[in-house]
Amino acid sequence: MSEITVDCTGETCPIPLVETRKALRKAEEGDIVEVIGTHPSSKKEIPMAVRALGLELVDVQEKDGVWKIRIRR
Amino acid sequence: MADKATLVVHSGDMDKVYSALIIANGALAMGMEVSLFFTFWGLQRLKKGGLESGPLSRMNMLGLGKWMVKRKMKKAGVASLEKLLQDFKELGGKILACDMTMEIMGIEKEDLRDDLISDYCAVGTYISEARESRVTLFI
Repeated sequence: MSEITVDCTGETCPIPLVETRKALRKAEEGDIVEVIGTHPSSKKEIPMAVRALGLELVDVQEKDGVWKIRIRR
Repeated sequence: MADKATLVVHSGDMDKVYSALIIANGALAMGMEVSLFFTFWGLQRLKKGGLESGPLSRMNMLGLGKWMVKRKMKKAGVASLEKLLQDFKELGGKILACDMTMEIMGIEKEDLRDDLISDYCAVGTYISEARESRVTLFI
């Protein structure tokens, strides 16, 4: 099992969502995908996508406008 | 009903093509299947070198408005249409080209970015995809 980091800092709609999906497609089952970004709506919408895809949302954190979302494939 | 979105891309205006590709990529990212049916002015954008060449739907002002909007988009970090299209294909999106438009506008397959296009078809294909889609949009 490995951990994949996707940095979407400074990117706007729809890139954080799309890059998350691209990383999840490449990940193996059990891998952790960590997405980092600053686009406010994506912090809400990436968890929506994770639910829609039936995957596990491990953790959502935010500090100084930068959020980190961890997903288990 | 399938968890699928089918969009008609009728407009070739830059801002509307953005809307279509953003919605399409969002749907793919959230696990849906997506087909984009390019017709009329929309199909012009699939010509070689045509993707970014559409005007703004409002306040284009002979290209000045488009230039200003593109500059603001770049500053805001908005992806190019080319990146959105490549992401769309990478996430498994399907592009359909309207063959009737090709006929009336004198567009040959060689004029289009054939590598992106899954099928050349007509309204029957659109309806057979749309009737099993939860989301259908005409842009």
